[in-house]
Amino acid sequence: MTPTKSPSGAQDTGDAAIAITARGLTKRFGALVAVDHVNLSIPRAQVYGFLGPNGSGKSTTLRMLCGLLTPSEGQVDVLGLRIPEQAEALKRRIGYMTQKFSLYEDLTVLENLQFLAAVHDLSRAQAKARVAQAIERFHFGDRLGQLAGTLSGGQKQRLALAGSILHEPELLLLDEPTSAVDPESRRDFWASLFELADAGTTLLVSTHYMDEAERCHRLAILESGRLVADGTPAELTAALPGKVWRLRAAQTRAAERALRATPGVLGVAQIGTDLRVLATHALDEAALRAPVDGLGLEAIEPVAPNLEDVFVAATRDRARAAGAAGTTTSGTPA
Amino acid sequence: MNLTRLLAIVVKELRQLRRDRLTFAMILGIPTMQLLLFGFAINLDIRHIDAAIVDQAQTARSREVAADLEATGLLALQDVPAETPAQLIEALRQGRISVGIVLPPDLDRRLELRDRPAVQVMVDGSDQTVQAAARQLAALPMPGAKPAYQGVEVVNFYNPERRAPVNTVPGLIGLILTMTLVMFTGMALVRERERGNLEMLIATPVSPWELTLGKVLPFVAIGLVQVTVVLLLGKLVFAVPIRGHLLEVYAAALLFIIANLSLGILISTLARSQFQAMQLAFFVFLPQILLSGFMFPFAGMPRAAQWLAEVLPMTHFIRLIRGIMVRGAGLADLPGDMLALAAIAAVLLTVSTRRMPKSLD
Repeated sequence: MTPTKSPSGAQDTGDAAIAITARGLTKRFGALVAVDHVNLSIPRAQVYGFLGPNGSGKSTTLRMLCGLLTPSEGQVDVLGLRIPEQAEALKRRIGYMTQKFSLYEDLTVLENLQFLAAVHDLSRAQAKARVAQAIERFHFGDRLGQLAGTLSGGQKQRLALAGSILHEPELLLLDEPTSAVDPESRRDFWASLFELADAGTTLLVSTHYMDEAERCHRLAILESGRLVADGTPAELTAALPGKVWRLRAAQTRAAERALRATPGVLGVAQIGTDLRVLATHALDEAALRAPVDGLGLEAIEPVAPNLEDVFVAATRDRARAAGAAGTTTSGTPA
Repeated sequence: MNLTRLLAIVVKELRQLRRDRLTFAMILGIPTMQLLLFGFAINLDIRHIDAAIVDQAQTARSREVAADLEATGLLALQDVPAETPAQLIEALRQGRISVGIVLPPDLDRRLELRDRPAVQVMVDGSDQTVQAAARQLAALPMPGAKPAYQGVEVVNFYNPERRAPVNTVPGLIGLILTMTLVMFTGMALVRERERGNLEMLIATPVSPWELTLGKVLPFVAIGLVQVTVVLLLGKLVFAVPIRGHLLEVYAAALLFIIANLSLGILISTLARSQFQAMQLAFFVFLPQILLSGFMFPFAGMPRAAQWLAEVLPMTHFIRLIRGIMVRGAGLADLPGDMLALAAIAAVLLTVSTRRMPKSLD
């Protein structure tokens, strides 16, 4: 398991390279601790991901970072502003894209954009130019008069993104932005996000898609409100406390059950006809062959770990306690 | 407060309203329907009450009295087979008649001696208005009796013909504005919350005052349109006069509209769903109707109810609008109600804005 890095730039909040620092960030809803003493240090002009299953505190963390929720405890500095005290000043400098489509479904594409430009204090001329720019950039030229409610899932996401960057925010927060979008739209959407990061925008993205998490420059893995790992995808996979094996057996299901019961095996997932096994370094090939003996073992080989393995390893203890909520295949919700 | 943002919200509300056919229909439909219903249905000058007469005397005098009673036009004699007072009471209980009249066997003797009332009228007390109307029968002169000396002269000012619309139409403005406006803004914020728009709005620089006023202002215009509809229909259909200054009618209505819209916003900040908002709107609607003096006379209420009525905007509006429209009074003649209404509107507007969410906590 990757040790959580202590945010080195936490003291110097004026650090130009750091967009957000949070120390001991905590949110309680009654007895429920939704976010539990999370420390973060998020660099500017990067796409920073929050990965975790539903209910892990991703949305709550995002909302606290943009001043929408008041933390129960902890210190947050965003773009040099103290949150929640200076949340109103922050609102002018951030964009926030909600999980659910939150523009007005009974307004047209153009009307929504005009509204958002106006509430973000753009002057009339500025608003006109930025709206025209957004229409061009996100290809809404032929849909200006269409009601937003009648757009497809992908179009809605594009419109929401277009609307949230009209005022050119320094920080853009996206809460599970592509949960209702087809793969091609997702690819285009991510291309837009990287364009924004290249232009200097800091992006915070929460997701429960492994393939999305792998695209992020850096990411934090949350589990039951705790930060269980953070770093770049490469750092996280390199620090995996175990080894990943691909194994094929004639009796796939029986082999999976046998492996799960083996001490030292951290996770087993079926990928097609193969089993992907995450095991501690202590287990070698022979130790893995033993439990599946007699189940028609056809092949076994070590493979490169990916982010899903990191996620499984990081969240294993809690997942086991809560049931089987940990393992996922690439591209499906965790 | 930023005018660009305020204007943006107003424009947004108007655009949404334009596409919301149901609300749009309510804006004009409810005032028209209510006015016609109330205007025609409420008639305090009741005539043709279902009645029956039992004539136990069967004399020339008794037939004369019966004919006089019928000639008042107050009664519509029903074909009820009743020959005794007991049978009349039975018919009253069954609801076949509202008034039963007994001419006793010794009617002629009673008319001579004048020691006891000659005619007995039994009234269905389950209906108060019938009761009041039937009481007029008491003034009926009896044959052979000298006209009694009228020691008291009652002069009916402002509505000598006792036409009900003159009283009800001004009050109806209050009823209609309360019914529709509280509902309109009551839904406003909850709907944004339910559809997720509020989460997006909160993350923008929009302030609570901009949001409140942005939602209230379009409906102020709509409220004034509704007032105009009621005034016009009242004038054209029911010949209801506006004796005071038209501008003062609108000034009073404006304050009342703001009070109602603010109340709606307040409800909106309390309710969790549109259904709850509707229930709450209904909850504040009832006391306004019942205690304002629109339906029941203020003077007859217990002290506690009167105190409660004083904090309801409709109470003051009803007094103002009746004063201006019916009595030709000016706002300067009714400073207390004008100030009270302004104060209630200001308090509601401030409280509802204070309750506008700035975060998702």
